[in-house]
Amino acid sequence: MLIIDCPYCGKRPELEFAYAGQAHLVRPRDPSTLDDEAWAQFLYMRANTRGMHAERWRHARGCGRFFNALRDTTSDRFAATYRIGTAPPVAAEDAR
Amino acid sequence: MSRQRFSALSLIRGGLSRQVGWQAQWRKAEPKPSYDAIIVGGGGHGLGAAYYLAKEHGLTNIAVLEKGWIGGGNTGRNTTIIRSNYLFNESAALYDHAVKIWERMSQELNYNVMFSPRGVMMLAHTVHDTQVAKRHVHANRCNGVDNEWLEPDQAKAFCPLLNIEQNIRYPVLGAALQRRGGTARHDAVAWGYARAADALGVDIIENCEVTGIRRLAAGGVAGLETTRGFIASSKVGVAAAGNTSVVMQMAGIKLPLESFPLQALVSEPVKPVFPCVVMSNTIHAYISQSDKGELVIGAGTDAYTSYTQRGALHINMHTLDAICELFPMFRRMRMLRNWGGIVDVTPDRSPIIAKTAVPGLYVNCGWGTGGFKATPGAAHVFAWTIARDQPHPINAPFTIERFRDGFLIDEAAAAAVAH
Repeated sequence: MLIIDCPYCGKRPELEFAYAGQAHLVRPRDPSTLDDEAWAQFLYMRANTRGMHAERWRHARGCGRFFNALRDTTSDRFAATYRIGTAPPVAAEDAR
Repeated sequence: MSRQRFSALSLIRGGLSRQVGWQAQWRKAEPKPSYDAIIVGGGGHGLGAAYYLAKEHGLTNIAVLEKGWIGGGNTGRNTTIIRSNYLFNESAALYDHAVKIWERMSQELNYNVMFSPRGVMMLAHTVHDTQVAKRHVHANRCNGVDNEWLEPDQAKAFCPLLNIEQNIRYPVLGAALQRRGGTARHDAVAWGYARAADALGVDIIENCEVTGIRRLAAGGVAGLETTRGFIASSKVGVAAAGNTSVVMQMAGIKLPLESFPLQALVSEPVKPVFPCVVMSNTIHAYISQSDKGELVIGAGTDAYTSYTQRGALHINMHTLDAICELFPMFRRMRMLRNWGGIVDVTPDRSPIIAKTAVPGLYVNCGWGTGGFKATPGAAHVFAWTIARDQPHPINAPFTIERFRDGFLIDEAAAAAVAH
């Protein structure tokens, strides 16, 4: 089981968290202008990275808040967790 | 190339001659500079595609590249369940195509894949389950796929160990039974296809990982960069399961896939006690007994994407809790081994078997948690797609473009596994 460092509550077991998919996907500002191809990209296409992956988690059985994390999908080790709205810490990404 | 044929006589002869006369089942091939077609991925889907390309489409100058060893990925890691009771017409056609090939596969390959149509029983525990299961029964029968509804006492008659007491948390309210479903020996599927493809001249190259896809100026495929050098080919079929996104990214193609760990475990071997396959999607229990005597138990996927081929213990515990409640007799069984495989899951839980935007590049992926059952059918239509540069009618709906065009084949609820 993973130990996940919630930026608001600290380290807790994975059971308290819900995974919420790839991070930094921005909903289109003006959806009506998108064509089908762009919609498919936004809705369905994912990076599915083998390596350092930026992803969202929610501390569902804790504070309830969403946050982002950088995790290496080849080892499941977290490099960093950071708050929604902030950029991924570059140092952590390089530290791999 | 002539191969030893297996028969009752050859087995007896082997027994009398101390089993020393057996040949290798396939050659250790060295990569040639170029091939007419290359399959990436030496699991059941890839080896099967190579076999059908050679047998039905006359393409014998082909290679299968495998980064590890034959059948060492999901082909050797799944729980070997075979069934075709999917809801939608497109899925029923695809999976039943596979079941029909399973039924004659051992004879065709002259290799015993131990296909055992012992019946797959899917349990219903709630009113909603019951309604969904009955809908499946009716939809399947309209599509010529056998499926029947059992009341709890009939379910217990079919699987006597089943606990149908109504005082448990999720009592059994009934079950849908596909009698043509069952299990097969997963390793034998890879080995049988490898042996048959090799006999037709296919080069099976292990320990050869693809590191890049080289393109022609016009855009088409020129060949593959691998850990064993460049290999030219104008046709490449990718059947790389959990690593499909990684391979396809080398040609700049993004797919609607996410790769998750899926776990399974087996118990200590015991005498035959469990006559069928029982599945419960509501409480995540999938169980059968192998011919070695182990209970083979499938757990759910972990919550997060990963390429680690392992998962967390609490996922297994969740499944074992359900097994213990459904089959109280197994409460003191000890588990021997657990492991994980990486499954590539699509948003609609249906596979992709299709051409891609790159000419000469084809993909068979997105099988999620249920690719084993489809192995021969998927391999057969994938070979057709590669050979003719157009889909077989059975896999025509399973395109990448369906996500753009809105023609999803939404088996998310129907696939009956823990997504």
